[in-house]
Amino acid sequence: MKKNWPILVVDDEDVMCESMAAWLREDGYRVDTAPSGQKAVELAKSSDYAICFVDLKMPGGMDGIETMMEIHRVRPEASVIIITAYATVDTAIQAMKEGAQEYIVKPCNPQEISMLVARILKLKKLQSENAILRKKLTRQYRHHDIITKNPRMEEILALTQDVASLRSTVLIRGESGTGKELVARAVHFSGSRAGKPFVVMNCAALTETLLESELFGYEKGAFTGAGGQTKGKFEVADGGTIFLDEIGDISAKLQADLLRVLQERRFYRVGGTQEVEVDVRVIAATNKDLGEEVKQGRFREDLYYRLNVIEIRLPALRERREDIPLLAEHFVQRISSELGKEISGITAAALKLLIAYEWPGNVRELENVIERAIVTCRNGMLEEQDFSWLQRSESTQQDWQVPDVPLEELERRAIVTALERKHGNVKEASAALGIDRSTLYDKLKRYEISH
Amino acid sequence: MSALYLVPVGSVPENTWAWIENAVSEWFPLPIRRLAPVAIPERAYDARRGQYQSVEIMKTLAQDTPGDATRILGVTDVDLAIPMLSFLFGQAQLNGRIAVVSLCRLHQEFYGLPAEDDLLRERIVKEVLHEMGHTFGLVHCRDQKCVMSLATHIGLVDSKSQQYCSPCGLQLAEQVASLVGGV
Repeated sequence: MKKNWPILVVDDEDVMCESMAAWLREDGYRVDTAPSGQKAVELAKSSDYAICFVDLKMPGGMDGIETMMEIHRVRPEASVIIITAYATVDTAIQAMKEGAQEYIVKPCNPQEISMLVARILKLKKLQSENAILRKKLTRQYRHHDIITKNPRMEEILALTQDVASLRSTVLIRGESGTGKELVARAVHFSGSRAGKPFVVMNCAALTETLLESELFGYEKGAFTGAGGQTKGKFEVADGGTIFLDEIGDISAKLQADLLRVLQERRFYRVGGTQEVEVDVRVIAATNKDLGEEVKQGRFREDLYYRLNVIEIRLPALRERREDIPLLAEHFVQRISSELGKEISGITAAALKLLIAYEWPGNVRELENVIERAIVTCRNGMLEEQDFSWLQRSESTQQDWQVPDVPLEELERRAIVTALERKHGNVKEASAALGIDRSTLYDKLKRYEISH
Repeated sequence: MSALYLVPVGSVPENTWAWIENAVSEWFPLPIRRLAPVAIPERAYDARRGQYQSVEIMKTLAQDTPGDATRILGVTDVDLAIPMLSFLFGQAQLNGRIAVVSLCRLHQEFYGLPAEDDLLRERIVKEVLHEMGHTFGLVHCRDQKCVMSLATHIGLVDSKSQQYCSPCGLQLAEQVASLVGGV
């Protein structure tokens, strides 16, 4: 096994350097040696050492601790292990204070060294994987990763870029599954708040009192079970962005509270007497027509104007059918690699079927459909037959004898059936219905369906 | 044709040579020759630790080697160490010519137990194949059963087999073939 992390051994005694280096090389490591602190620092400038074994006592010039500090100046990530022939508690404490990873007394049991090296390198590997994943995550939400060639979507992306570094509130409108949260993340991660928290709160999923304490936090004893002071989402998001999904569903009291936060940037925790000040950018989203809700008296007009400083309306997938092939290919690549299945693409006939479909659940529904097709696919390509169930559901709809009941009753029955089929699993039921979880929760509340 | 030389360093029990020669000849199709014993260099002895520095012994082995020596394996009954580590079962130059194996900690008697010849033979074979593997460029193997896995105590020596795993065996065969073919 090739081990890419280089190791440096620093000791004025040649025998110590060479024997230790030889032992580590037998383990597959690339090892350099340095007879002095000066030479070690010089080597560290050109080589990214994961571990440096540094002898504490070296005559003339730099001792072990000075060498470690200089190495850290050049390579802050390097793990330095201080070695000495005789241990004194003082030097051990000093070495650790100055940033040594470990302090060992020679001679040392081979097993101890072997485990120490393995432990440090495991940590390095995790750190480097973490850095790669962080990079990936940031990249995932950059604008050009939203896949589109639709002119309206391109305009929206340009707008998100323009507003990214402003503090103005953004209101994102669009049907379920059109990617409202993805656009909100794109705004956040492209702006100056990118390094700060991005906090998501679904306003439809909770009752008024729960939502209030979730948003604003609470003081100890504010209500039964409030064991200690707890920060709300607004405090957690301080310096960053809070994304309030399904904003059209909040109660009149919360509308008033939210208006105050937007106006004054401060609020009280539930049960609190001291004001909390925050710097948070608010991005709200809804699939409702808020203008209409205002007219009907269900949503405060002043809050609507506060939220609607910049409005982004996302088109439904059926309004941007040219994106379906691009999105489908993207999902095939991503999901097949996640599931570890080799799928090279989608046949033209299958793609035609996908383009013709209405997609009531929009991009999220497309994603779910592709995932299901990949799971059941037996060949290397997704074919028409892999989406036959999609066709069937369409034809079933066409042949369906619609009972003579109000539309709302139809929706209620569909939800109950989906929940029954999925054994009460809301996530699966929402996927089957082609709506997102929060919308399903909203509807469960509205139709008073217990699950 | 170049040869593999076995060198007693100090006094080594006579019965061990047959075990070593058998193990080596099975994996390395080279002429195997035993040299006269060399004395353990005085400078190798660390009186404070009561052990011998393997680096000094390897230096001695590298001196006055026969012209046809492609590998030199020293075998000693004394306890080996390096400044950093409390002991070593053996040491080798990775991709080099010199290796040394210590029998000291392979004897059951070292651990206060009665001698067991069969166990001693197995341990010696494992350590010899391990250090020879290093001289042919093999590094420690993750396969705990492979003779190239790292053993930091005698329990790990006992739990590995006397064989190279397939990937290590293949790499070794390639290296050996290029050496034999190149002569």
